[in-house]
Amino acid sequence: MYSNKVQDFGTPARPAAKSVALQIDGQPVTVPAGTSVLRAAALAGVNIPKLCATDSLEAFGSCRLCLVEVEGRRGFPASCTTHCEPGMKVRTQSRKLADLRRGVMELYISDHPLDCLTCPANGNCELQDMAGVTGLREVRYGYAGENHLAAPKDESNPYFTFDPTKCIVCSRCVRACDEIQGTFALTVQGRGFGSTIAAGPTNFLDSECVSCGACVQACPTSTLMEKSIVDQGQPDHAVDTTCAYCGVGCAFRAEMKGSEVVRMVPHKDGKANHGHSCIKGRFAWGYATHPDRVNTPMIRSKITDPWREVSWDEAIAYAASEIKRIQARYGKDSVGGITSSRCTNEETYLVQKLVRAGFGNNNVDTCARVCHSPTGYGLKTTLGESAGTQDFDSVEHTDCMIVIGANPTDGHPVFASRMKQRLRAGATLIVIDPRRIDLVRTPHVAADFHLPLKPGTNVAVLNAMAHVIVTEGLAREGYVRERCEVDQYEKWKTFIASPKNSPEALEAECGVPAASLRGAARLFAKAGNGAIYYGLGVTEHSQGSTTVMAIANLAMVTGNIGRPGVGVNPLRGQNNVQGSCDMGSFPHELPGYRHVGDAGVRELFATTWGVPIQDEPGLRIPNMFDAAIDGSFKGLYVQGEDIAQSDPDTKHVQKALESLECLIVQDIFLCETAKYAHVLLPGSSFLEKDGTFTNAERRISRVRKVMPPLAGMADWEVTVALSRALGYPMHYDHPSQVMDEIALLTPTFTGVSYDKIDRLGSIQWPCNDAAPDGTPVMHEQEFVRGKGRFVVTEYVATPERTTRKFPLILTTGRILSQYNVGAQTRRTENKVWHDADVLEIHPHDAEQRGITHGEMVSLQSRKGETTLRAVVTERMQPGVVYTTFHHPESGVNVVTTENSDWATNCPEYKVTAVQVVAHAKKSEWQRGFDSFASQQEGLLPKTAVRGDVR
Amino acid sequence: MTTTVYVPRDSAALSVGAEAVAEAIVAGARAGGHDVQVVRNGSRGMLWLEPLVEVATANGRIAYGPVAPGDVEGLFAAGFLRGGDHALCHGPTDKIPYFAQQTRLTFARVGVTDPLSLEHYRAHGGLVGLQRAITMAPAAIVDEVVQSGLRGRGGAGFPAGIKWRTVLGASADQKYIACNADEGDSGTFSDRMVMEGDPYLLLEGMAIAGLAVGATEGWIYLRSEYPDARVALVTAIQRARAAGWLGDDVLGSGRQFDVQLRIGAGSYICGEETAMLESLEGKRGMVRPKPPLPALAGLWGKPTVVNNVMTLAAAPWILQHGGAAYAAHGVGRSKGTLPFQLAGNVKHGGLVEVPFGITLRELLHDFGGGTASGRKIRAVQVGGPLGAYLPASRFDLPLDYEPFAAAGGMIGHGGIVVFDDTVDMAKMARYAMEFCAIESCGKCTPCRIGSTRGKEVIDRIVAGERREANVALLQDLCTTMKDTSLCAMGGLTPLPVLSALEHFPEDFAR
Repeated sequence: MYSNKVQDFGTPARPAAKSVALQIDGQPVTVPAGTSVLRAAALAGVNIPKLCATDSLEAFGSCRLCLVEVEGRRGFPASCTTHCEPGMKVRTQSRKLADLRRGVMELYISDHPLDCLTCPANGNCELQDMAGVTGLREVRYGYAGENHLAAPKDESNPYFTFDPTKCIVCSRCVRACDEIQGTFALTVQGRGFGSTIAAGPTNFLDSECVSCGACVQACPTSTLMEKSIVDQGQPDHAVDTTCAYCGVGCAFRAEMKGSEVVRMVPHKDGKANHGHSCIKGRFAWGYATHPDRVNTPMIRSKITDPWREVSWDEAIAYAASEIKRIQARYGKDSVGGITSSRCTNEETYLVQKLVRAGFGNNNVDTCARVCHSPTGYGLKTTLGESAGTQDFDSVEHTDCMIVIGANPTDGHPVFASRMKQRLRAGATLIVIDPRRIDLVRTPHVAADFHLPLKPGTNVAVLNAMAHVIVTEGLAREGYVRERCEVDQYEKWKTFIASPKNSPEALEAECGVPAASLRGAARLFAKAGNGAIYYGLGVTEHSQGSTTVMAIANLAMVTGNIGRPGVGVNPLRGQNNVQGSCDMGSFPHELPGYRHVGDAGVRELFATTWGVPIQDEPGLRIPNMFDAAIDGSFKGLYVQGEDIAQSDPDTKHVQKALESLECLIVQDIFLCETAKYAHVLLPGSSFLEKDGTFTNAERRISRVRKVMPPLAGMADWEVTVALSRALGYPMHYDHPSQVMDEIALLTPTFTGVSYDKIDRLGSIQWPCNDAAPDGTPVMHEQEFVRGKGRFVVTEYVATPERTTRKFPLILTTGRILSQYNVGAQTRRTENKVWHDADVLEIHPHDAEQRGITHGEMVSLQSRKGETTLRAVVTERMQPGVVYTTFHHPESGVNVVTTENSDWATNCPEYKVTAVQVVAHAKKSEWQRGFDSFASQQEGLLPKTAVRGDVR
Repeated sequence: MTTTVYVPRDSAALSVGAEAVAEAIVAGARAGGHDVQVVRNGSRGMLWLEPLVEVATANGRIAYGPVAPGDVEGLFAAGFLRGGDHALCHGPTDKIPYFAQQTRLTFARVGVTDPLSLEHYRAHGGLVGLQRAITMAPAAIVDEVVQSGLRGRGGAGFPAGIKWRTVLGASADQKYIACNADEGDSGTFSDRMVMEGDPYLLLEGMAIAGLAVGATEGWIYLRSEYPDARVALVTAIQRARAAGWLGDDVLGSGRQFDVQLRIGAGSYICGEETAMLESLEGKRGMVRPKPPLPALAGLWGKPTVVNNVMTLAAAPWILQHGGAAYAAHGVGRSKGTLPFQLAGNVKHGGLVEVPFGITLRELLHDFGGGTASGRKIRAVQVGGPLGAYLPASRFDLPLDYEPFAAAGGMIGHGGIVVFDDTVDMAKMARYAMEFCAIESCGKCTPCRIGSTRGKEVIDRIVAGERREANVALLQDLCTTMKDTSLCAMGGLTPLPVLSALEHFPEDFAR
């Protein structure tokens, strides 16, 4: 549960235009129509006793403590289920009400253990509070009666316990699972006195539960309790911060004892998550203090040398001297840097500043290269801004949603729950995905259309849908003619209307029946508010940028941009993908997506930074690898990014890293990339520093330091020190000053400051004089670029084709319990759910190859091979296999290819022609990986960190 | 000439061997060369006479009962096919006083016709009400029901017309009629008798309700313990659809109304209207808070008329004869008739449809004939397991909602269970708590925990443990349950407990 210091209004807010005036205990109160008496009283400072009510859940009316008297009405209505009515006179306290409440409490306590002093909820228990409030002094029933005090505890979930002896059967957990999370994993079983809460037939771990924590959050007693609280006790203070996992960017309260986190609790006022969380943010934070953390800087001259632990000063000095040496020998452009989407805006800004001002070149890139770079390109080209158009709340107004190339219930679970709430309330859904993802059919949600396309044919599918809309007269011509470039629209219209783009012409190519394409197109075009949500299944293709533009075309032609409920919504993979892109991490753009070729922009930065800025774009990550291998690129500073695991064509990446003379890795763990490093600078987790993250809805939220950096320095301080050692001193005492500089230099950020973020909670950019409080929905009056631009999106098949040798298509993704390269989540109990990457394969393909469920199989492509465990599942379509990349030893990227997006080089992770062969042992690459890993472990100082995944 | 012999198919008759009797009559007719047509009718409601065999004669239908298969030979020998005299003969059925003294409006056809015969239904006045309703504006239908004074027969006694008017006034893309056929009160069976004995009556009533409020779908929630009613309803719905009585074009009116049947899963609380709606929606049968009223947000959140079988089954008569004609029966604000059900330790158990205003004494003695055991009646429980236990001193109370409630009673669904002087009322009080503990949905605290504690406290009282303190505790508990429970289950359980304690204190202090 929330700390009892956080006020709970009992029932959710009811935003309504009309208001209602009534009297509560003689006090006049005015509230929005539809507000419960309980909430109205709480707003007026009158706290009516309650147990089953909480303001995150709809009123239930079961505990019968919140009874009141209403003048002119019989009986004692529950204030949670009673709506305020004009002129109502409510009495919340009377002798009779006190007796009734005490009578109910007496019943509760007659079936409750009397172990408050040793209970984990002691001091933060609503039942305890209510016993106090109602003045319960004795339980006349005694304690010898029938009870539940011998019920066994369920400790199967690694993060929380379920102790039914403490349960008051208020159903808050069940309702939270239903209403908030939408998993419907919990139920009340039995009836009458025998009613108990059950998670499926056995226990929590074996149930449908996804460990989002909503039930634990909702529990008013210690029945559902974090094991960390059981172990460590209640927190003494809390700090508001932002989750460092996916791009939803949930607001959290880090509940602390001293400088130790005892619990992460989703923040009720968080505008991205509204008090909800997922397994990762809520529970998987233990990695921050994992013994594997690198806490001492280390250096070595060759990667076959043993590591030497050194002081920060020595490490920084060595790194700087190497950069200077390399630049002196191979030229200014022989070095570069990679920023991290897992780091803060301020840190990312400083790394690109270091590269541009300290290194003196534009050789800076970011991991968004391999995920959302096509979003930047595609949306900038069509709409004028490299960002999603909406806030998450927008989904509340959506009538039809398209989810394409995204698996929100796994990748963006908190937002997926919002989507499911809206879908349960009646919105329609079109899922475009090769796999039958959970959203296609989940409790009380079913997609109206699932278009199970062949991987690599997104553009064909979107073109076919647009064709239907245009040729069937479903285009919003009025909107388009007012808001978009008309000549470009006409050109696109002619293109899209051509018979080659008809569903009938494309169905064979994309594998989706023409009738489904037509049906989906009509459904979307005719819905009032249509919104498109997409993920890496859109961008990580050879036509990634084309797909993004096809999405923008589809949104524009249906008039679905510029108001709540609609829009083009990229779901960002990592916490700060949006921010790292905003901060000028790309080699061609300065902060705010301004091209380095623009002399005016260069001048602005040159003046502020006091150094000239190169006018040519620098190297992209794949260019850096190629240049390293051909000998022209020798030094690289990588902050918080594990390119050796995450980038495609691993063997190529390894060769590039081996070719570097100085690789400086700044990371909290000895990651795969660090095994090729010469300088290892300990990183700091999100708990150890101040800064900001920008989520998928452009929301800038504060990251607040709750504990000192384990290695003594926060990441931003390390970059500043390195810059100083390179002879380009930066002057910041606090990240807020970095943000002030960003605001000074970036038109979309001019109104942003830490003070304002503290005041507003969070800010969605653009935030400037035109929008001082930020911008929830973009392009409202006109597009950022003026008129929206339709772009002709010719479908070009990927060069990656299946052959006799490689007859299947591999597509990759991720799962709920693990995050990206897994460096964080693998170091938590999340491994209970997913301790190895597996290969999902359709029964038909498995049968043909003699593959049985659970056996080890070889996955082979023209780039390499690796061995994984097979999972035979009808979630897959025949001809397509799927895996994840959370575990380095899986070697999934040994198999992926060098193919990439034509515009941005975003790798084509989603399409690789492969063969799968039964009965495999570890591949040659995996054996090499093992021996390299053990060699590298041997090179570590005896007392220092342990290697990755040993 | 063919002789028609009636042998009930009602499950009360079946439970005492009606099936074998019917077979014996068929066999006897074949053996004797008699031309006999056996019609399986509903029950006349004189349960001590079941199986009650009737023979259609020139002098009307002659009743014989209770008939055992072994009696059949003798009946043939006595010439029962011509109404011949026999020890089991009761003369014309209509003249049996128990039957003759009733005012059968709702039950007019029950026991008379073949329940599943469309022709019988039409021939005995069926569909007249619906045909009239089709010609009327919805508001006029509602007005007719308002004028009739019909009140909900499920127990709460809320004016049906007012409820219908609320649903009519609600605007929604879909409205529903939900028929509560989860007849779970102990000693009640009137719903079952109609569903088994005249199922088209219920369908017609639902269709009238649908036309009145603008609902196109009706749902019957039938308790699983009524398998024979299930068969009757399934068949009746099929036949009514095939005949165009239900469906997209009700009786050729162009109006739409169809009925779905759902079976419960053996839970008493699912007879509570909101728990029933939850169960109909496929959810755990838990009580919803009110408001919102089901009339505005009922089944799947849509405006819904939730009425008991008896309420809906009264509608065809009201539409056929007019609301005023119905309101001419009864007393005070209790208009029309109520099919009372006499059960328990009673000599002549059965269904008695009479106007409101009759006294308990008349029902118990004039109809019921006293106890089956021949001993003195000590107590009766009126209105199901949540109804009060009344002593003989209250037997002159008229059965009229308001005065009866004022005297601490509850008419409920019209079930009357009789106990003789061997009853232990402390046990009965304990049973009330136990019943609540078993059947509570478990949602609200006073009902969920209070019922179990109530049982325990009564045990302590009976065992003489700190009697005075425990009696006070029981009274406090009953107050808590009465005033804080979410629904009538927890709220009314104190009624049998406290009435037993009040009227029979000696049983708690033995």
